[in-house]
Amino acid sequence: MPKLSIEDLEKISERVRRTTLLREGAGRAKVTVHMGTCGIAAGSRKIIDTLLRLVEEQDVKDVILTTSGCAGLCSREPMATVELLQEAPVKYVDLTEDKIRRIFLEHVLGGRPVQEYALAVGSERTQ
Amino acid sequence: MKPYRANVMVCAGTGCVSNHSLEIKKAFEEEIQKRGLADEVQVVTTGCNGFCGAGPIAVVQPDGIFYQLLKIKDIPYLVEEHLLKGRPVPRLMYVPPEEKIHIPKMNDIAFFKGQMLVALRNRGMIDPENIDDYIARDGYRASAKVLTTMTPDEVIQMIEASGLRGRGGGGFPTGVKWESCRKAKGEPRYVICNADEGDPGAFMDRSIIEGDPHSVLEGMVIGAFAVGSSEGYIYVRQEYPLARERLVIAINQAREYGLLGDDIFGTGFKFDVDIRRGAGAFVCGESTALMASVEGRVGEPRAKYIHTVEHGLWNKPTCLNNVETWATIPAIIMRGVDWFTSIGTGDVSENPWGGSKGTKVFSVAGKINNTGLVEVPMGITLREIIFDVGGGVPKGKKFKAVQTGGPSGGFLAAELLDLQVDYEQLTEAGSMMGSGGMVIMDEDNCMVDMAKYFLTFTQDESCGKCAPCREGTLRMLQILQRITDGKGTEEDLVLLEDLSHYVIDSSLCALGGSAPNPVLTTLRYFREEYEVHIRDKKCPARVCRQLNVYTIDPNLCVTKGHGCGVCRAQCPEKAIVGEKNKAHSVIQDACKKCGVCYDVCKFDAIQIS
Repeated sequence: MPKLSIEDLEKISERVRRTTLLREGAGRAKVTVHMGTCGIAAGSRKIIDTLLRLVEEQDVKDVILTTSGCAGLCSREPMATVELLQEAPVKYVDLTEDKIRRIFLEHVLGGRPVQEYALAVGSERTQ
Repeated sequence: MKPYRANVMVCAGTGCVSNHSLEIKKAFEEEIQKRGLADEVQVVTTGCNGFCGAGPIAVVQPDGIFYQLLKIKDIPYLVEEHLLKGRPVPRLMYVPPEEKIHIPKMNDIAFFKGQMLVALRNRGMIDPENIDDYIARDGYRASAKVLTTMTPDEVIQMIEASGLRGRGGGGFPTGVKWESCRKAKGEPRYVICNADEGDPGAFMDRSIIEGDPHSVLEGMVIGAFAVGSSEGYIYVRQEYPLARERLVIAINQAREYGLLGDDIFGTGFKFDVDIRRGAGAFVCGESTALMASVEGRVGEPRAKYIHTVEHGLWNKPTCLNNVETWATIPAIIMRGVDWFTSIGTGDVSENPWGGSKGTKVFSVAGKINNTGLVEVPMGITLREIIFDVGGGVPKGKKFKAVQTGGPSGGFLAAELLDLQVDYEQLTEAGSMMGSGGMVIMDEDNCMVDMAKYFLTFTQDESCGKCAPCREGTLRMLQILQRITDGKGTEEDLVLLEDLSHYVIDSSLCALGGSAPNPVLTTLRYFREEYEVHIRDKKCPARVCRQLNVYTIDPNLCVTKGHGCGVCRAQCPEKAIVGEKNKAHSVIQDACKKCGVCYDVCKFDAIQIS
């Protein structure tokens, strides 16, 4: 292993930035997938899998993925809530892998909520 | 690399490890594997979380949910509920004493809320055995900054201006020490990290090394650059195997990355560190005894007028600081003097002794609800540490005293609870900052017995080189023994006080120089308790067994215990008589007051009066 330069320190930080933010619970955006029994039955595992793949594929560092229990609207599962920093959370319902992909690209990365999949805006906070 | 969506941070400090946290970690991994979550959820071991009383501990991130007192059988449920279904498990969360509501988030728990982390800044956030984790949290940036953009004088000036004082207990301004060492004549120079933490009940240094060893190494690199040294030693006691193991890993990783060794950051600056194991002698925490031990000689101190910054290790200029001091240095370099001086008491702009700046780590133990490691700003009151952060005294008992500074420190009574914790105030009250041990005592503790306990420790650990410490502490101990045996006289208190001052004034090193502190402070704040022992031959806390009279409540003995006879069988003096199903009694003339009957009776029938 050659000697590290100061730039190398930055590179190492950048490489593990996702983990750092995850442990600090701080990110630019947070996506919560509701994984109650209803959600799991309706396919929320696929949703979180897709999200994890997207994060990897797009090499995103500052988005936190997490899970929570049943959101109370079991008939519209799978559901996910997207929270951007300083913005109201948006709840998405009846998700599929394609829908969550679009939500991730347009809302999480692009900052524009996908209106047609959204149930409500600003209904509740998860924090 | 596929990203993880959750990290389970399992505490692997010594406290949690001894409560099987490594098995808990394995259980997590197995269950996560079983549930098919292995590539989504990562299990990480961290250094001491601090809330040792609640161990084994795991914190699930990014949610910040704190789980305590974990058992292996809890793990499958926890993984299924929280990590699979996203529902945190309330029954494994913390519930404050005397309240019924659990607190899910770590940062909402009073124990954590009242703390301010500087030396422990990476606590629970990094894997201590992974240098990348440390670098990710700005690790080695301070050494990079110092080596590439600052001169040694600038570094010294900065540390001096920060008002940082030795966290090992002495409170000597770190910058002043560095400057004297830099100015001293002689080559080579050495830097030493004192990790010979010997106070009973103290585990600050151990936790820092176990949880964040690189912070200590980085601090030493900066110190070495400032004083012009290329060789450092870490003196760590043999009783800290985990700390040493993590240090070895950290040193090897840092060497591999070129953060230790030749030509660090391409600046030509060279520095490396070696570990020396101490054999667990308390006196080797004293700087000159420590240096003798590093050299391979018997660990005995020498007179203080020869300064170690000029004639230290192998008679060369040496800069010795404690673990916590070293770990604080990178934070000061990164965040600046203004930030550091904004925390704490007093004013250090003119005089480095003018105040106590920054934070201090304390290990809080004894009769306290939240046993653990806390870092708080200087100037916080004892009351805040003990009752807010520490959660108060368990079982509704009354707070009696707090012992600060270990065996060299003193006991502070309840009326001093609003004392601001800093170097000067503690010294003025007769105690000292010490390395930061804090032992809480309640109404069931006898102060004479506690003084005896600490003096027994220092007497035992006295190296014997100088007579005042060797003989003086022994005589003092004999007097205390006499008092707790009920054979003390009024004159003993005068003699005890006189002897204390002789020992303090004439001992060679700080061990003898501070050993009488527990005696002096108990005499100052709890004199009445000594007098009751002497005059009434009674121990109010019923701890000193020779002063107790043991009797048996015949009613309880028969109704509850049915004359079980355990006390009769166990009494070494055969001083208890009675028959099965009948009340037993103690023959007072034969009783040697060992208290065995009291310990073995399951029915509380043995009474002390």
